[in-house]
Amino acid sequence: MKIPMTEYLAIDLDREMWECRCCGHLIQSARENYKKGLLVYDRNPREIHKPLLDTTKYQRSFAPDPAWCALLEYYCPSCGTMVETEYTVPGHPPLHDMEFDIDALRAQWKDRPAPAVREIPDDDERIKQLRHTHAH
Amino acid sequence: MGHTDKQMKDALSADEQALLNTFLDEHSLFYGPDPAIMRDHTIGPRSAIEDELLQGELDPHALNLVRGRLHAALDETYDMVEQMGTAPGAKWGDLVTAVYTATGDLSSISPKGVVVFSGVCHYPLKFIAKYWAKDPTVGLHDGDGFIHNDSRYGNIHNTDQSMIMPVFHEGEVICWVSSTIHEGENGACEPGGMPAAAESKWDEGLKMPPFRIVENYQVRRDLLTFLQNSVRDPKLQYEDVKVKLHACLRLIERIRAVIAEYGKENLIACLRKNIEDVDIEVRRRIREMPDGTVRTHAFIDGTLRENVLIKYNLTVTVKGERMILDVRGSSPEFVNRSINTTVASLKTCIATAYLLYIWPDLPHNMACFSAVEVLSDENSLLDSSFDAPNCMSLIPLFKSFTLPTIALAKFMYSCPTRYTAIYSSHFNQPYTFIYGGVTQHGEVTGNFCADINGNGGGARENRDGEHAVSPCFGYMCDTGEQELIEEELPVLRLVAQHLTKDRVGFGKYRGGLGYEQLITSRDAGFWGFMTGGTGSLHPSAYGLFGGYASPVYTLCKIREVNVFDTLKTDPRSFKFDLVELMNEQAIPGAKYGAYDMGMTFEPVQEGEVYMICQGAGAGYGDVLDRDPNLVIRDLEEDLISHETARALYHVVYDEDSLVLDVEATRAARAAEREARKRRGKPFDQFVAEWVRAEPPEDLPYYGSWDDPTRIYAGQGAGRVVMARGAVTGVMMPNPKDVRIAELEAQLAAATAGRG
Repeated sequence: MKIPMTEYLAIDLDREMWECRCCGHLIQSARENYKKGLLVYDRNPREIHKPLLDTTKYQRSFAPDPAWCALLEYYCPSCGTMVETEYTVPGHPPLHDMEFDIDALRAQWKDRPAPAVREIPDDDERIKQLRHTHAH
Repeated sequence: MGHTDKQMKDALSADEQALLNTFLDEHSLFYGPDPAIMRDHTIGPRSAIEDELLQGELDPHALNLVRGRLHAALDETYDMVEQMGTAPGAKWGDLVTAVYTATGDLSSISPKGVVVFSGVCHYPLKFIAKYWAKDPTVGLHDGDGFIHNDSRYGNIHNTDQSMIMPVFHEGEVICWVSSTIHEGENGACEPGGMPAAAESKWDEGLKMPPFRIVENYQVRRDLLTFLQNSVRDPKLQYEDVKVKLHACLRLIERIRAVIAEYGKENLIACLRKNIEDVDIEVRRRIREMPDGTVRTHAFIDGTLRENVLIKYNLTVTVKGERMILDVRGSSPEFVNRSINTTVASLKTCIATAYLLYIWPDLPHNMACFSAVEVLSDENSLLDSSFDAPNCMSLIPLFKSFTLPTIALAKFMYSCPTRYTAIYSSHFNQPYTFIYGGVTQHGEVTGNFCADINGNGGGARENRDGEHAVSPCFGYMCDTGEQELIEEELPVLRLVAQHLTKDRVGFGKYRGGLGYEQLITSRDAGFWGFMTGGTGSLHPSAYGLFGGYASPVYTLCKIREVNVFDTLKTDPRSFKFDLVELMNEQAIPGAKYGAYDMGMTFEPVQEGEVYMICQGAGAGYGDVLDRDPNLVIRDLEEDLISHETARALYHVVYDEDSLVLDVEATRAARAAEREARKRRGKPFDQFVAEWVRAEPPEDLPYYGSWDDPTRIYAGQGAGRVVMARGAVTGVMMPNPKDVRIAELEAQLAAATAGRG
């Protein structure tokens, strides 16, 4: 059974592996840090959050300071999907952000039906029917 | 050799010990905050009558009717306060009314109210019940009302004032009610009640432990006069004490009607069952989650006085029905900066995050967090000491609404049931203008602008975030009517809520945008502004599952010019857009500047322009997964630039017609995915090359690095490392002294060798 753990990651309980939900690539043992099986890129945060003010006139420009902010992008090595971003301090050890008890997960899902698409109570279509939004 | 306490205690007879205890009880020097109350966020045990009623047979239909009547009364009293309140916060929904059990547990709040306000009120309420009720000089009587604002006794920050009243029935307290408003002005060292400049708790203004200001349902004028005499806005203080009192009186009237119709037993059972039902359901929902640990952290880039990097560490562990939130390893407290928070305030804000973003379907009461355990370092930023100033606690507290959301998303994604959509970070800074001075009507005032309620919403797993939708701490607050504000205050808005193009968290779903706030002052006596935000170097609201964060923000000023003259003589030189104004610098003689978002109170002259942006929510998912049609829609709505559409979203289209080239877009995105694979490094190699053993030496860093038991403070030779259990506060130098030292060093270098 494959349990979706994030938008892009599942845990394959049979193989005990983290898996990319986009391409099925087996990333890493589910008992280890999934990041070990991904590619990492140290993105200059100013490439994403670009300066909007003239940097010849101002020090502050709506863009992060790379000395104070690092942006790590994690990619699936098979399909190139950006699985996660991590805003941190330059040189800070990447977080081992998800560490699940695989035996407990297996026991938890033993009597549950296979994961299906979740019904979201406040989904887009329902919201549109219920009230006016500015998203048009 | 003197006796030790133990030897003395051993030597006392039982009678002597009792006498000593009585003496000590009757001669307390000072009733400070009680740790037994302040460190316990859980619901208390049932009282005898609650136990008897809940063990017996209940009538669910009657309980449901009682619950409905209470909700109607809470809704009614919320509207009363909103309609009658004088504080700007009251007019925009920054308030709540609530009802508590007889033992002081929060049972229900007004459906539109701000949860955090009532979530902290049980602390002062329990203090009243424990200390004042039995004190012969105070006591507890029908018709009493207690006022309170000091966060050390249970509050978010001391701008918020509460009225707390017991409800008596047949000579006994049957429940309690409260009404709370963000009042703003409180006599602090800067106007408006949120002084970034406060360096001690004595700079924070009114510091009210709960005390009785209402006797026999009447406000005591001598005490009210004392409060009026202690703040800049005596009218505000006078009126809102009465507004809160009358909201409580209406609640009491409605509760008495409920008792008359359904009996006190159904009221007592309903109040307690509200709490217990939520507690049971929360434990069930925790059991649904996978066992494991999720680690996250956030970095705050300043104290509002200087740029430093401050770590907020959060590790969440779930095992069965236990959930443990561990914030140890976060920054030490700053003993002369105002951004610290008590742990009680912290827990209440995290509890509110649960009700807003994680389980919004649950009834709103304190039981939503009772099952959760919290671990913190004493004397830290998030568990500050009695003496540390905390009037700008919003800086870490606003992150407490979003960081748990990120952590819990990783537990909830796999759960079989969605209680709401998985949510990225709502924007989480108190960006707004705080003001003070003499109005056009000659009245002295100090408060803040409603724009704080216009935070952009975070993206969700199924849709974009909403623009400028609500503050991160509530969902029914408004941003106010500018025309009404201008009638009362000498503050003019030059640009009306212009959305912040390209300033948003990008992703498969993007966050909601904030808006630009360009303001100036006119017809004032003396007037000034301040701002109290961080996030100018390091983003504040992080994305989820590949989504990007909100950007950083900049405070912009156009000074030494009266823009009203410019608008008369050369209106074309004034562009109604922050970025254009700043980059073109078209107003002759004006002084343009861009600064950090934290600014202590600054006098302004008529027509000088101050500009900030309300922040945007963070993104969700990979930008390359964004539906290209949504990118085109963002272009049509002028939310993003062509550069963002092309370089970030990799969408190919005709810039004139905005017609999408589907195939070319598919190819461009495939090419970018291949480029990622080429530029990304294997994790182990990256870690070996990039990770440092300690924080960069030249970075002023506060908090743990990789080991949460070792906490760093400072930079360079002055950096210290503290062990868990031995965390102490940090004293910061005066920023002006730092600047003087820099200038003296430059002067010395420039004049070296000249004798």
